Amino acid sequence: MALTIRHLLGLDGVSRDDITLILDTADSFFEVLSREIPVVPTLRGKTIVNLFYEGSTRTRISFELAEKRLSASPVNFSVSISSVSKGETLRDTIRNIEAMKIDMVVVRHDAAGVPFFLTQCTNAVIINAGDGLHEHPTQALLDMLTIRQKIGRLEGLKVAIVGDIFHSRVARSNAWGMKTMGMEVVLCGPHTLLPQHPESLGVPVTDNLDEALNGADVVMLLRLQLERQSSGTFPSIREYRERFGLDLDRLSDLSKKVLIMHPGPINRGIELASNVADGPNSVILEQVTNGVAVRMAVLYLLGGGENG
Amino acid sequence: MKKIELIMDGHALDLAITRITHQIIEHNRDLTKLGIVGMQTRGIFLARRIARKINEIEKTDLATGVLDITLYRDDYRKAFRQPRVQITDIPFDINGISVVLVDDVLFTGRTIRAALDALMDFGRPKSIQLAVIIDRGNRELPIQADYAGTVLKTQANQEVSLKVEELDGEDSIWLMELEKDD
Repeated sequence: MALTIRHLLGLDGVSRDDITLILDTADSFFEVLSREIPVVPTLRGKTIVNLFYEGSTRTRISFELAEKRLSASPVNFSVSISSVSKGETLRDTIRNIEAMKIDMVVVRHDAAGVPFFLTQCTNAVIINAGDGLHEHPTQALLDMLTIRQKIGRLEGLKVAIVGDIFHSRVARSNAWGMKTMGMEVVLCGPHTLLPQHPESLGVPVTDNLDEALNGADVVMLLRLQLERQSSGTFPSIREYRERFGLDLDRLSDLSKKVLIMHPGPINRGIELASNVADGPNSVILEQVTNGVAVRMAVLYLLGGGENG
Repeated sequence: MKKIELIMDGHALDLAITRITHQIIEHNRDLTKLGIVGMQTRGIFLARRIARKINEIEKTDLATGVLDITLYRDDYRKAFRQPRVQITDIPFDINGISVVLVDDVLFTGRTIRAALDALMDFGRPKSIQLAVIIDRGNRELPIQADYAGTVLKTQANQEVSLKVEELDGEDSIWLMELEKDD
């Protein structure tokens, strides 16, 4: 049993069997994390570079924990302390790191396509930890793992992803991955924050929140990326909250069992009211816990082999 | 692969398990401090049968654990196709108790080496004992079984195929020979 992919660049085009294998393997790692000694020796001697060109707290910590739980040797590289600030190109950076004998690279970059570019200039296994407005595959995998754990299946469930779809690589990875798994996905946000060519995602988009929430088993709120907004995409934060925020009042119209998810960090009181984020329907902290198990599964499945 | 010889049928397997059960009881005076752990995949069913027999004979209430050693294998770097990680579930505290590890076939000893490492991550048992149905020799590590159904001298081009009713629909153990195109 093995993945058909050699790198994890995104979920677009990844098969149902591959996604299922990653989620099944993550279930096993979930058990490992509950042991007295939550460390297994599997990746002993494997060096993994965490190459973060863009800020991140939970994704970087989650990957680093996953690597340590598998006994790999992580090396952290972040842009502020690197030679990038001295003008080195990405290709030179990766070639230099590779010359130090590494096995895998976990990369986050603000330009879409960087993970793919790296596969062209190194033999190491590349894992995308978020590239520009493109994909964030491990986030979508941990979202699907969380839903599967809570509801017991993925097939046939309806998921509403609400918020700043345009700037969200999480929405993109989820749209592709969830569609592959037989789920119904609706993307919802202000017209100005929806993708210009939604047909490439293959799922419906709407700016009508009630329509999106109708019959949803899962509602995923996205962070309003205040730092990425060019002016004028929506009139005011207050209006955004009124039309697209989820509060107790709106929650009360939904199924009692609906799962509330958020990839974090939350703008409390904007896209998600505090009492909903901390309420009984919220699985936001489970998502974070599952992140470690999913990343362990990906590292395990991609990390083997003589050249791996 | 072709069948060479029937090593045990269902009746013989049951006799072997019964004998191992009695030996375990003899060796472990305090059955309240005993845990049975079966190794994925067929060891699980053999472990359950042993536990059931101990419970019948001694009126105890032993539970069985399940151990998967995939993450402790020593050939991860060689194998490009990763074996599927299976369930591990040890529903009792192994600290201070004697653990009987149950596997179907003992061969190179590498699987048991991995199992010992895996078990130790759950705590510090008082002792670990090994029960196998077939000891087929050809060890590559200094590991031995405390309880063995039978000892069999086999060759490198042979395999032991152990089937259990719960998984395969029948109880049988065959000595097989690899053919050129296997």
